[in-house]
Amino acid sequence: MLEISELTVSYGPVAALSDVSFKAEEGSITAVLGANGAGKTTLLRALTGLVPVKKGSARWAGTELLGHRTEELVRLGVAHVPEGRGVVTELTVDENLRLGALWRKRAPDHGQLIEEVYGLFPALAERRRRPAATLSGGERQMLVIGRALVARPRLLLLDEPSLGLAPLVTLELMKTVRELTRRDGLTLLLVEQNAKSALSIADEAVVLNIGRVVLSGDPQTLAADDQLRHSYLGF
Amino acid sequence: MTLFIDLTLNGLSYGAIYAAVALGLVLIWRATRVINFAQGALATLTTYVAASLLDRSINSWVAFAAALVAGLVFGAVTERVFMRPLYGKPELNPVVVTIGLLILVESVAGAIWGSTDRGIAPPGGVSQSGIILGHTYLDFSAFDIFILGSVIVLMVLMLVLFRWTSLGLKMRASAFAPEVARLLGVRVGRILTVGWALATLAGALAGMLVAPLVFLSPNMMDPMLVYGFAAAVLGGLDSPVGALVGGILSGLGISYIGGYLGSSMETVGAALLLIAVLSIRPEGLFAAAKARRV
Repeated sequence: MLEISELTVSYGPVAALSDVSFKAEEGSITAVLGANGAGKTTLLRALTGLVPVKKGSARWAGTELLGHRTEELVRLGVAHVPEGRGVVTELTVDENLRLGALWRKRAPDHGQLIEEVYGLFPALAERRRRPAATLSGGERQMLVIGRALVARPRLLLLDEPSLGLAPLVTLELMKTVRELTRRDGLTLLLVEQNAKSALSIADEAVVLNIGRVVLSGDPQTLAADDQLRHSYLGF
Repeated sequence: MTLFIDLTLNGLSYGAIYAAVALGLVLIWRATRVINFAQGALATLTTYVAASLLDRSINSWVAFAAALVAGLVFGAVTERVFMRPLYGKPELNPVVVTIGLLILVESVAGAIWGSTDRGIAPPGGVSQSGIILGHTYLDFSAFDIFILGSVIVLMVLMLVLFRWTSLGLKMRASAFAPEVARLLGVRVGRILTVGWALATLAGALAGMLVAPLVFLSPNMMDPMLVYGFAAAVLGGLDSPVGALVGGILSGLGISYIGGYLGSSMETVGAALLLIAVLSIRPEGLFAAAKARRV
């Protein structure tokens, strides 16, 4: 279980997150929703040590995540796919995937894991020797998600995977994400501005507004609440 | 015609040295967006290390290797001690610090070893006299061949390291996308230390190669840094291959300018080359398509 309590982050005098608390069951998908500036990205960046945390805790499977250096998080089973810029465009598709396996010094299965990703995303297999810069937006998302899988995480943090993707591509991607999460028993925190598609695959949802949790609960109930949809989710 | 051939051969061997200096600058620039103005001074220091060993009658190849190892060490120490606190600070800070380091290192070298010129023999007594081909005397010695060969070996080793090893992959990922690299467990700090160490090794090689051609003095590498910088800019500051090509091209260019217009014009030539590249093709010959952030 991931248990976040009273997580508070400030950028100078501006509070980006104030006392954010929620839980995510192991093996579940939790959608973190909210408008631009609600603090969704800051939440993920705080969990992986990319922004300093003022107070609070985040326990994952009995271990405190906060206070570790970013590069240690993958060793605790946490993979964070940052928003929009996860692909190293100067490297080839294959090199990007190999990056995911680097932290495990002697990883006998990394070749197999990479082949598995190519099996999941045949579009990537065709371009494995090409620079990642030549990939389309959808293929880039496949690549960063595939790379996260090669790192063998237990907790996956996905930041706006649907950003800039066509609706159909987003639908397809969400389906794949759900299947992968189920297959590997991953716990997924899915940060999305595209609330509709995220709610369609989530088990739980948390809505942030200006750095505070304003609602959490069952995705269907949230999606059915017109007032909420209009005020916070914009659909 | 003989003059032209001699200038060309001369340009090639000096060009290889500029390429080694340029490679050191490029490795650091693309990993940390810092121009290491202290690169030349550090190389002079490593050459003095070799010189002191030679004074103690230690085998010249051992002294040569010791200079390269000293380069690795000085580079790593510079990164850990002087550069590490500057990341994330204004871009001017590393400029000031590396220039300060340049002055500091040269003064320390002068204080320890004196500022008079001293000669350094090529390692293993490799000949520095020109070779005779048929009836023609060429101003190109066995040592010139050694210069070209060792710089090519360095380049090939670097290429292999970057392309085919996981350390190289980590270095490239850390240079291009440090945040992503850290999220994937790459200890970017350590990788930067390794990068500075390798870059300073390239400089140390340049120092050992140029010392027998000029004289060893605390500011021996100052002109080399200027020419090496011109070479790096010509090649596109981001590209190791560009460093090699830029080095050779500027070596040839500066050699022709010196030969036909007089050696006092060499520095002017390098400066003009810099201005020309920056105004016509600021991204250099080999850099990726996007323009450089300055």
